[in-house]
Formats: sequence, structure tokens, C-alpha cells
Amino acid sequence: MTTVDQPAPARVREDNYLTAGYGWKSWFLTVDHKRIGILYLLSLTGFFFVGGLFAVLLRLELLTPEGDLFQSETYNKLFTMHGIFMIFFFLVPSIPTTLGNFFLPLQLGARDLAFPKLNLLSWYIFLAGGAFTIYAMLSGGVDTGWTFYTPYSSTYANSHVIAAALGIFVTGFSSILTGVNFIATIHKMRAPGLTWFRLPLFVWSLYATSLIMVLGTPVLATSILLVFIERAFGIGIFDPARGGDPILFQHLFWFYSHPAVYIMILPGMGVVSEVVSCFSRKRIFGYRIVAISSLAIALLGFLVWGHHMFVSGQSIYAGMAFSLLSMLIALPSAVKVFAWSATLYKGSVSFETPMLYALGFIGLFTIGGLTGIFVATLGFDVHVHDTYFIIAHFHFIMVGGMVMAFLGGLHFYWPKMFGRRYPEGIAKVCSVVVFVGFNLTFLPQFLLGYLGMPRRYHAYPEEFQVLNVLSTAGASILGVGFLIPMLYLLWSLKFGAKSYGNAWNAKGMEWELAATPPIAHNFTEVPTWTDEAHDYSKLTPTTEETPSHAT
Amino acid sequence: MQPETAAQHDPTLAHHFESHRQQHEASLVGMWAFLAQEVMFFGGMFLAYTVYRHLHPEAFVVGSLTLDPVYGTINTAVLIVSSLTMALAVRSAQLGRGKQAALWIGGTALAAGIFLVIKGVEYSHKYHDGLIPNFAWHPSETSAPSLEIFYSFYFVLTGTHALHMIVGVALMAVVAIRALRGRYGPSNYIGVEVLGLYWHFVDLVWIFLFPLFYLLGRHLG
Amino acid sequence: MQQDLSFFPEAASRGAHQVDALTWWLVGMGTFFATLVALLVIVLSIYFRRSKGKMPVPIEGSIPLEVMWTVIPLIVVLFTYTWGAKVFVDVRTQRTEGMRFFVTGKQWMWKLQHPTGHREINRLHVPKGQTILLELTSEDVIHDFFVPAFRVKTDVVPGMYTTLWFEPTKVGNYHLFCAEYCGTKHSAMIGTVTVMEPADYQVWLSGQPAGLRPVEAGALLFENLRCDTCHAAGAGQRGPALEGRFGGAAQLEGGRTVDFDAEYVRSSILEPNAEVAEGFDRLMPSYRGQVTEEQISHLIAYIASLAPANEGETVDADDSPGTGATEGSER
Repeated sequence: MTTVDQPAPARVREDNYLTAGYGWKSWFLTVDHKRIGILYLLSLTGFFFVGGLFAVLLRLELLTPEGDLFQSETYNKLFTMHGIFMIFFFLVPSIPTTLGNFFLPLQLGARDLAFPKLNLLSWYIFLAGGAFTIYAMLSGGVDTGWTFYTPYSSTYANSHVIAAALGIFVTGFSSILTGVNFIATIHKMRAPGLTWFRLPLFVWSLYATSLIMVLGTPVLATSILLVFIERAFGIGIFDPARGGDPILFQHLFWFYSHPAVYIMILPGMGVVSEVVSCFSRKRIFGYRIVAISSLAIALLGFLVWGHHMFVSGQSIYAGMAFSLLSMLIALPSAVKVFAWSATLYKGSVSFETPMLYALGFIGLFTIGGLTGIFVATLGFDVHVHDTYFIIAHFHFIMVGGMVMAFLGGLHFYWPKMFGRRYPEGIAKVCSVVVFVGFNLTFLPQFLLGYLGMPRRYHAYPEEFQVLNVLSTAGASILGVGFLIPMLYLLWSLKFGAKSYGNAWNAKGMEWELAATPPIAHNFTEVPTWTDEAHDYSKLTPTTEETPSHAT
Repeated sequence: MQPETAAQHDPTLAHHFESHRQQHEASLVGMWAFLAQEVMFFGGMFLAYTVYRHLHPEAFVVGSLTLDPVYGTINTAVLIVSSLTMALAVRSAQLGRGKQAALWIGGTALAAGIFLVIKGVEYSHKYHDGLIPNFAWHPSETSAPSLEIFYSFYFVLTGTHALHMIVGVALMAVVAIRALRGRYGPSNYIGVEVLGLYWHFVDLVWIFLFPLFYLLGRHLG
Repeated sequence: MQQDLSFFPEAASRGAHQVDALTWWLVGMGTFFATLVALLVIVLSIYFRRSKGKMPVPIEGSIPLEVMWTVIPLIVVLFTYTWGAKVFVDVRTQRTEGMRFFVTGKQWMWKLQHPTGHREINRLHVPKGQTILLELTSEDVIHDFFVPAFRVKTDVVPGMYTTLWFEPTKVGNYHLFCAEYCGTKHSAMIGTVTVMEPADYQVWLSGQPAGLRPVEAGALLFENLRCDTCHAAGAGQRGPALEGRFGGAAQLEGGRTVDFDAEYVRSSILEPNAEVAEGFDRLMPSYRGQVTEEQISHLIAYIASLAPANEGETVDADDSPGTGATEGSER
């Protein structure tokens, strides 16, 4: 279709969503999904770097066995705020609210999400939740851990639990409304001809994510609300001294927070499917099964929360049931990993930055998923539960998985979103830096965990020091690897090479039919779509010139 | 950002929809998805209720006996009537009778008001009886040690329900004004329809709350 | 205490080797699949890298391949599951025979009581080769009793009892960690488990001030709290007799039956009206706030000792020779 980076027609330059309005009102009162996506991108980046700063401080403290940098109270607040910001204010909304918001309508051939005003409202609710949490942070912090386990959080903690709980409760609504919006959009706003099995895999993953957002988040709201009420009004709901049941909180909390892990990884899988497909010039191997595996993960995800409670005094039989169900999640995940690998077979693979991130994702997600089988294994989990093994495991999924996918997706869609190219060379180097730094940070933590170092420890016995030093060294590399992309992406907005067409010669409505950058209402007329998803079979040698990235 | 599309001329059709039919269906799917999250929200609450009922059966029987089923029954009747008036409002809107639809919505809001007033009277009785946990807690006979838990759930659940009703009434005001301005018609009554769905859901929650708090303990006691 | 730098923790209990064997299987399995995926990705992406004139070949998918990479992982995870569950059941099913210790977690210390009544804080001395049975509860928030060298762990939850057992096989000092975040000094809630030769353990015990054995302390408490005024058989009996009841079933009013176990005794002391024995009035007041968790454990030990001879064996078995009163008289 469109050839790569053709010179800009004058009309396109004038008429896109970025130039459709100026002034703060045109941004803060916008109902354009693309602008809202960018508002989210800005706020999420802020939260990411705040959470990241906390991580750096944590790793600095853990450089030595003694608790010498911070007091234990401060340390506890740091890891709590790191968890809250990263999970509720970065990972959960990350891809859906930014790339999802921006590209879902473009991929469906719609002018906007089904409820544009609701979409803007979601962002304001998100900010309100963030404001409560920032207030909790500035007024002294909260020290319960992001899991808010009762009765510590409800009765014993002396920190700002109420404000933080309120922040998460409020943010939850933003998540729910985004999910509702996406579901209605995917069901009813598809362009003529775009059937369910012609949807790009990114859309499938967003659909599965939205289901979890809508069905899981309200249960988090219930549990957080009960903690909030117990604290604010002194009612003994989770306090065993007054007849309450502290374990019930864990059930309610993990009923959301385990599926939330899939909120955090499914959109990343969607992005990786797009990227791997585009840079191999092939349709994803076994498209339908990959699409359905997203739904399978979402549904199974609701049945496994009890694996967080193998040693919580839950009955042995409950443990066995939850272990078996957790194991089954390995199957749809394996299907995806093998499908991505098989897509490379007989492809035409090129190694631009998004692809490097996607390939890194496949490796790191595989390790995260495999260690997921480890910790779902009952006899093994008893030993590593609540140790650094768990920390390493879920960081492989969330950072090695979701953050890698997020960066990959951002680089992939950057030219489309802003009409500017990022500097390819430095970006490639950065992706390698992130990969190396990540592994150095978290591989030692598997060993630390098996050696027995419990998580959330401010000071630790001396024999754990060597591995902790390695981990801290890795974290500093990782930190640099995250900082530089922010700088060069910002730089590229003004100085990057212009990109008007289909930057990667990619398939899909967002690349082939929408302008770069897209116009305010996406399409001048309603597109019809009869291609299969990710259909690269119609390539001819002439369209398949290697895109040049000069200038 | 003025849309350039042809659909602009019809003020009842949002710019990003192709047709009223699409707008109608998308709004319905959205509302049902929203109601699904409401079900999960109250579901979590009901689960907690069930667990505590099992842990402290005694407290839940005693607690139930201290609630007045007369208020509960009247309120149930009021809400069922309000569901009827809401259904009639949807019908009127569909027929394009804006004024009539607004009237029915007003009737529904009136019923909601009656419900909330009765609920308020009940709450004030509980205040006088010292049955508000922590705030005013001095029950006359300490017949069940965990009665506080029962009342915690009573206030949390009925309070959340009442909050949903207040939100509903606020939405009614908006929709009624739109109905008066003639915004609704045979192809475009989704605003009223969606409000109706929400309202029926709120009623349904009460249909569960009423027996769980007022009747079950009475029956078992 | 000080161990050399190592990348594999010491295994000092019978169950530890079982867990380690499972670990090696997992590591082997994980390494195999991770290497497989890494090789696939690296080899395929390099071999099929973009070059001029080479076009990608469209491939829709392959049902046999899809089936293969669903079924093989399925078999692997089912095998892993079964093995893991077997180890878990063995580790988590409380043994009946052994030395009974009582553990209370409290912000931020471990209080441990020997079957002989000896008390320790943040240190636990145990003899090698014996089955050690722990019964644990918390006085405030949730803690977690974790001894990496034994590969055992259990949450310590306020308001309920959890159990744990291990059989130390190696003399030495091992870390005891709190593994569930419990507040400011969570990372200071650590202690040491010292495994000694049985003879050394006896010597150590004899050098420690002994308290009353739990059963004796319970008997005294039972009298001091006037429990006997209602719970003794005879004319004034207003509560159910307790002799020979522990380990059996309790008939409740309303026809329900529950196990007459530690949890039941505990809840009956703290919340008597929640589960009332069939045929008795609701007369008993709550003792919440009047007895500590440790005292409750003593009362339970005493009530359990009131069991008929065959039920009482386990309690008697706790008495290692040369403990208790004899030590007191020696000094």
C-alpha cells in the first residue's frame, strides 16, 4: 500500500489531531481518544519515574546488610509506595490507556471510543486517585505494603492508610470505566467487514484485559472499601480480636489482584504479537488459537487467586485445587510463546528497536512464566513463598514482560503517533542495556529467594550481601536504560526525522488507512475492511524494500 | 475540534457513531458491562456477608430481630412501584412523549425519595437505640458479642445501596430535563433505557438486601 | 550463625531433601524450556533475517504443532503438579507424635515454649532427630514462621492456630525469619533455631530455669479462673463436663456438631455464645482480654490432658525424661 516515508503532502501536515486545536482547553477538555492517550502517557511516565525512584532508593539500602541508609519505617514506606505507584498507577493502566486508547479505534476503523466523554472522565478519575495517593505519600507515607494485609493495615499501621486506600479505590473506577468503554467499542464500533477473527491480536488482548478490568476491579474496590471503613469508623471487620476474619481480606484482595497480573501482561502480549508479526513480515502462527488463548488466560486467571495463600492456613485441599488451576495457565501462555517463535520461521526478520524489545520480551516472559510454574508447585512454594524468589518471578513478568512490551510498543507506534522518528541507533543500544540490566537485577534474586531471604526486609544477614550487590548494580544499569529513552523520545518530537507514511510498512487499518499522524476524527470516511489480520502475504518485492532510517 | 462528518446535523447522534442503531447498541453493551462490575462489587460484599453469617450465626439472628420488617416491607413495595414507573418512562420516551416520560421519571424519583426518607427514619432509630457501630454503639442487651459485625454490614451495604439510589436520582434529573426538551424519540431513547437498566439493578440489589437482613434471621430465630 | 557464601541453602531437616529434589526437577525442566525458546528465537530470527530478494512464506499455522505444544506442556505440568502436591501434603499434614512446642508471634519477636515449660525468645533449641511439632498463633498481626534450612514455612495468624512440623537432621544454628510483613521492625523479627544432639539438649534444658509445664499451668489457670465451678461434674454443673472430650465431637444446640479441638476450645473461651453445647444455657461470659494467647494454649493443653487414657497418650509422650519437676528439685 503506502510506501515508506514518502514526502509529506502539504494537506497532511496541516490537518492532524495534534494541530486540530491549541491551548490548554483543547487538551484538558478534549474527548479525542488520541489526545487522551497522550495525556495518560504523560501522567503514567510521571508515576513510573516516581515509582522507579523509590526502587532505586530500595536497592541502595539493600547494598549493605545493615539498615543504614534509611530507618526501617522509611524503608517500609518506600517499598509500599513503589508497589502502589508501579502497580496501580503504571502497570495496570500502562498499555491499555496509552497505546490502547490511541490505537483501538484506529484498528477498528472507528472515529473514537464508544464513550469519548467517559474516556476523559476516566483520566480525571485516574488523576484524582493519584492525587489521594500523592497526598498519602507527602503527608508521611503508608507502610502496609501494596497488599494492605489485614489486620496490620486495618488496625495496627500508624501511617496514612486511609488516603492511600482511597487513592486505589478511586483509581479502580478509572480502570473499570476504561474497560467498559473498550468492551462496548470492540463489540459495536468495528468497521464494516471487520469480523471478530479479522481483529488484530492487540484488540483481542485488550478485549480480554477489559473483561478482567470490569469483573475484577470491583472486588478490589470491595476489599479496599472494607479496610477503609474499618479504619475510618473503627469497625472490626477484619480484626480477629473483634470477631473479624483477616484471611477473608486476602481472598477478596487476590480475587482481583491475581487477575490484575493478567491485566498487566495481556496487553503486552498483544503488542508483541503486532511487533513480531510486522518485523517478520508474517501473520502470527496460529492466529485464532493465539486470539483465543488471551481469553483463556483472562478466564482462568479468575480461578487461581488461592495460590497466594498456600501457607496462610488455607486447607490443604484448597491449596491443591488452586495449584492445579494455576498450572493450567501455563498452557495458553506456552501456546503464545511457541506461536511467536514459530512466526519467525520462514519470515523476513529485521531487527529494529521494537523487534529487539519484543524478542527480549519473549525470553524474559518465558522465564517469568516458567518460574510461575515453580511457584504454583505446592511443595516448592512453601519454601520460597514471600521470599525474593517471588519478587524475581513477578518482576520478570511485569518488568521483563510488560515494561519491555510497553517500550517496544511505544517505539513501534511513535512515528505514527507523532509523525517523527526516534533515533534508531541509540534506541537499539538502550534496548540491549535494558535487557542486560534487567537480568542482572533480577536473576540474583531467584537465588536470594531460594537461600531464604524474605521479601520486605530492611536489613538482612550478611551472607546475602554479594547477591544483593549484584542486584543493585543491575538496577543502576536498568535505571539508565529507562531514563535515556525518555530523553531521546522527547528530543525526537522536535528534532526527529519526519515520518508521514507507514513507518514500518506494517499491515492494519491504523497503518494503511489512517494518516500519519492521524487526523482528528481518524478517517475521512468509514473504512471497510476485508483483509485478514496481520496479512503480510500480499507483499511484493517492490513494496518490500528495507525501510531506510537515514536522517 | 469540529467533526467534518455528515452525521453532524443530528444533535441526538454523537459525532463518532454511524447511526442511531450503533449508538443505541453500544450504549446498551456499555451499560450491561457496567452492571456486570456492579454485580461483582456487591458480590464481594455478599460474599463477606456470607462468611460472617457463618462465623457468627448468633449475631446475625439477633441483629435481624432488631430490624423492623415493616419499614423494610414498605420500602420493598415502594421500590417495586418505582421500577414500574421507570419502565413506563422508557415506554413514553420510545413513543416520543417527552413530557409524559419526564412525569414518569419524576414519579420514580419521588418513590426513591420516599425510600430514602424511610431509610433515614430507620437509621435515626438505630442511632437512638445505640446500634451504630463505633459512632453510637451502646446496645441495650449485649445478647450477641459480634452484633457489631452484623450492623457494620447492615450500614455498609444499605449505605452503598442508598448511595447508588442518590446517584440514580441525580441521573433522573438530567434525563427528565432532556425528555422535556424532546431529545428522545422512537429511534433515540437510549438515555432513558440505560437509566432504566441502572434503576432496575438498584432495585434488584434491594430485593437481595431485604431478606438477607430483615427476614432470614427472623425466620431462623 | 555465619555461613559461607553459597548459592544453595543448607538442608538440615528430613523434609528439606524432598523439597530440594523437587527443586532440581523444576530447575531442569525450566532450563530445558527456557533454552528451547531462546534457541528457537535466536536461531530462527537470525536464519530468516531480512535480505534482498528473499520473500517471507505465508504460513497459517499447523494443528499438529499446536497440539504438540499444548499436550507436552500439559503432561509436564501435571507431572510437576502431582509431585509438588505429594511433597506439600507430606510437609503440611501435621504429625501426631512428637515434641509439642507452642509459638506466639508478636510485633516483633517470637515467643517459644518447650513442652517442658521452658521459654525462649527469638531462639529455639531443639534436639536432633526428633519430630518437632509447632502450634502457632499471633497476638497482633499476621506473621510467618520460616526456617529456610528446614524448607518449612507457615503463616502465624491472629485468632487461629496453624501448625508446622520438622525433623532436624543436622546439628547447627539456623535462621528463623518472619516472612510475612508485620510492620516497622519486620526485618528484625528474626531468630535462631539451634539443633543439638539429644543429650546436649537435655544438658541445655537442665541449665535453664523451668516454668510450669503447659498442662500444669493450664490446671492452675483452670482453677484460678473458676472454670471448675461450672465445668465439674456434679450437683452444680452448669456447663458441659470436659473430661475425655478433646479430640471427639461436640454436639451444639440446633443440631450442629463440630470437632472438639483446639480451635473450638479457644473460641469457646473467647466467644462462648457462638457455639453453645447442646442442653446448656448461655451462661458463660467471654474471657476475651482476660487471658493471653499463651494462657489459652495452656488451658487447651490441660483440657486435652483430661482425655481418657488412650487419647491422653500424645500429651504424655511430650514429657521427655528428666524434665519438669525433677529439675526444680535438683536446684
